[in-house]
Amino acid sequence: MNDNLLTVEHVSISFTQYLQGLEQHILKVISDLTLSVKQGEIVAILGSSGSGKSLLAHAILGILPENAICEGIISFKGDPLTQEKKEEIRGKHISLIPQSVNFLDPLMKVSQQAIGDAKDKEKTLKHQRKIFEKYGLGKEVDDLYPFELSGGMARKVLLSTALLSNPELIVADEPTPGLDEKSVNETIKDIKKLSEDNKGVLLITHEIDVALKTADKIAIFYSGYVIEINKTENFKDSSKLLHPYSKSLIEALPQNGFKLTEGVQPHEDVEGCIYYENCPIRTDFCEKNKPELVPYGNAMIRCHNFKKEENDES
Amino acid sequence: MKFLGYKLVRLLILLTVIAAISFIMIDLSPIDPVRAYLGEMSNAPEQIEKLSAYWGVGVPIQDKIVGWLEDIVQLKLGTSLIYRIPVTQVIMEKFTASLVLMAVSWVISGIVGFSLGIISGAKRGTWIDKIIKTYCYILQSSPAFWIALIVLIIFSVWLNWFPIGLAVPVGVMAENVTFWEWLHRLILPAFTLSIVGISSIALYTRDRLVNIENSDFFLFAKSRGEKHWSIIIKHGIRNVILPAITLQFLSFSELFGGAVLVEQVFSYPGIGQATIEAGLRSDVPLLLGIVLVSTIFVFVGNTIADILYKYVDPRMRGDGDE
Amino acid sequence: MNKFNFNPLNSLNLRQKTLLIIGLTLSLLILIFITSLTIDSNTITTNFMMRQHPPSFEQLFGTDWLGRDMLTRTLKGLGLSIMIGAFSSIISSIVAMIMAFISSINKYGDTLISWLIDLFASMPHLLLLILISLCMGKGALGVIVGVACTHWISLARVLRVEIKEINTSEYVNLARKFGKNNFWIAKEHILPLVITQIIVGTLLIFPHAIMHEASVTFLGFGLSPHEPAIGIILSESMSYLTMGSWWLALFPGLTLLIVVLLFDIIGEQVEKLLDPTKAQK
Repeated sequence: MNDNLLTVEHVSISFTQYLQGLEQHILKVISDLTLSVKQGEIVAILGSSGSGKSLLAHAILGILPENAICEGIISFKGDPLTQEKKEEIRGKHISLIPQSVNFLDPLMKVSQQAIGDAKDKEKTLKHQRKIFEKYGLGKEVDDLYPFELSGGMARKVLLSTALLSNPELIVADEPTPGLDEKSVNETIKDIKKLSEDNKGVLLITHEIDVALKTADKIAIFYSGYVIEINKTENFKDSSKLLHPYSKSLIEALPQNGFKLTEGVQPHEDVEGCIYYENCPIRTDFCEKNKPELVPYGNAMIRCHNFKKEENDES
Repeated sequence: MKFLGYKLVRLLILLTVIAAISFIMIDLSPIDPVRAYLGEMSNAPEQIEKLSAYWGVGVPIQDKIVGWLEDIVQLKLGTSLIYRIPVTQVIMEKFTASLVLMAVSWVISGIVGFSLGIISGAKRGTWIDKIIKTYCYILQSSPAFWIALIVLIIFSVWLNWFPIGLAVPVGVMAENVTFWEWLHRLILPAFTLSIVGISSIALYTRDRLVNIENSDFFLFAKSRGEKHWSIIIKHGIRNVILPAITLQFLSFSELFGGAVLVEQVFSYPGIGQATIEAGLRSDVPLLLGIVLVSTIFVFVGNTIADILYKYVDPRMRGDGDE
Repeated sequence: MNKFNFNPLNSLNLRQKTLLIIGLTLSLLILIFITSLTIDSNTITTNFMMRQHPPSFEQLFGTDWLGRDMLTRTLKGLGLSIMIGAFSSIISSIVAMIMAFISSINKYGDTLISWLIDLFASMPHLLLLILISLCMGKGALGVIVGVACTHWISLARVLRVEIKEINTSEYVNLARKFGKNNFWIAKEHILPLVITQIIVGTLLIFPHAIMHEASVTFLGFGLSPHEPAIGIILSESMSYLTMGSWWLALFPGLTLLIVVLLFDIIGEQVEKLLDPTKAQK
């Protein structure tokens, strides 16, 4: 059990919001999220864009905004992480590969940003050059400002910046959007190479084919909840999946262009199962009772009726 | 270069319009320049007639404006009624004195305000942030001349460190004043103008810094394990300083207004005091001259701000004009 | 993130807190204003037995060189300040609205207004104020017109941008296609959305208006020396500071500062209430 690099248990993230007239409103973005990442393993969280999955990355690194409330336990190598602990290990043992070039200071040359506040500047710059070289970034890139980078180049800069400190766990937050196919494939290759180096990767994405090509395990994120975590090979055949949403997702694949879109996922938290409205196998019980995320074989599933359906089919 | 040429044309148009408008305003006002000029002096009818001709009494206003604009083009701003010397000379002398005052407080308020803004933003939510914010809010809500009065009460009346009448005694020429005497006179007005100017720049800096602390690149730097103050210094200041300097250049208008009030309280012999005297004693040529010079002053500030904005930011630099 | 400390104010939510602050500041200002109205200028009597008395329990703010009670004079002056502030900020925002409206008509209107804004912003405020006041022959009218003419710029800028945004939006285009005229669009779509900016803008002009009125009066270009204005009181006090009559300058200025601050607070709190993005931080 303790070969887990990262474990996330029952993590919920919510925000206090003010509407016009300053009516207070609690917005729950992530509810009861549980998953784990082992060494050399790539776990993908697959959810539609703008659904708040990125906040999990921010929670792991302790960079949530001040008005966010984070409950649950996040542990690294078995140690529960407090804010202080997160501040200590981030950048050293855990690194973030951020979403876009906006995560670089627009007024600073990229090499300077990559080395951060390193003590030995000369040495770190040499190391930085080596890592940049490894990902095909020539010497001329060092002196560029972020706005001068192309999409693919920016991606590589962000990746190599994150790898500079040789971390054990990498959290990659939407590493592929807006890239051409060649760059996407290169990024997938780069991420897979990380797991070969025995690093753990948590990949947050809304692109199904990226998750399928990269990950060992995929967690399906629906309306703030993880509803199923399963091995990637099971996603090639919808009958091996457990949750009705996962099944419909895979069955509809070619038409969806391999992208998850903001569909009819409810924004407000509901009393019962969040998939109740759209579920083909719902019962009256589901309307009022929330299912827990429970283990089933090697997978995890959040549904009252998944076994029943299996029995129906057989 | 093209940019500067464009700015110059703009300035000329602006000055023409402002000259015309202020001329009309003075013309509409109950001020009678002929009476003002004669003052207590003789009321000889031939003199009145001569002056009436000079001031164009009875001439249609549009002709008067054209005449006035023609004079400006030739830099003939007329003779000051109060000082009885050419307006250009009065302005030159008074403006130099004010420029020193304004420059000193501009620099001090800029540096202190920026530092306070950075401290306040970096330590947001702590007591030090609250103290700085409260100071700024209070200073922002108090009229500059009242602050000047309080400073005067404390340092001149109670502590007796500075004389109350700071003006050069009438009749003593400016060049007869030693450097130390002059410096001694400069301290209180400069101090007052500085503490008044701090609040806007400090609040602005704080606001920008807080925005940057919520920005993506700040988060990324944090996620890479950089320490708070290191990020503030490396990323925060780098991103805030240019807009802050720009704002400071945009504040020339308030700076001038502040100088007028502060000079009045401390009897500092600068352009502000000259403005008040010209206004109160109906010295129309001097007043119009000051309007033009102060407009140029504000315009220069705005133009420098524009240039900074356009050419110093690496994102803008590459694009050249526009 | 300490959600659990025992400050009684923290047990209120932000909405209640904001409303409470607005209520308190507003009633304080109304109280000052009403008190000043009840003071009859004739009752501020000169009393030569009581000249230049420092603050005491009978005369909280002391007395001036004619033996007049400074507290009464100050209150009367504050009432006048509030009144002039109200007039000029309301006129300012009306001017701002007219300017924004002209700029929304067509391209030429817009060019004209942005040019006017540039023009007014390119001269030191105080100098323009002095000129306008001189032009109107000083007095209350001069000050009100002067302050109104120099304070419309910021609100006009905001409104201009806002109206531009609404004007190019989908639903306004749709309304145009349905043949609605500009007046209808302004009334149905634009006004409801910019009303927040207008209210907040007017409130935020208020403190500046009060301060500028006091400044211009202090310099001698505003209200006449017979009016009980704060600017007059402070400029009179200059002659008596050497004699150590510090109270003549301290208290009237301090109360003016408090009134300005109160208006600032109301403006900001109302802004928070109407535009919650400001409260999100």
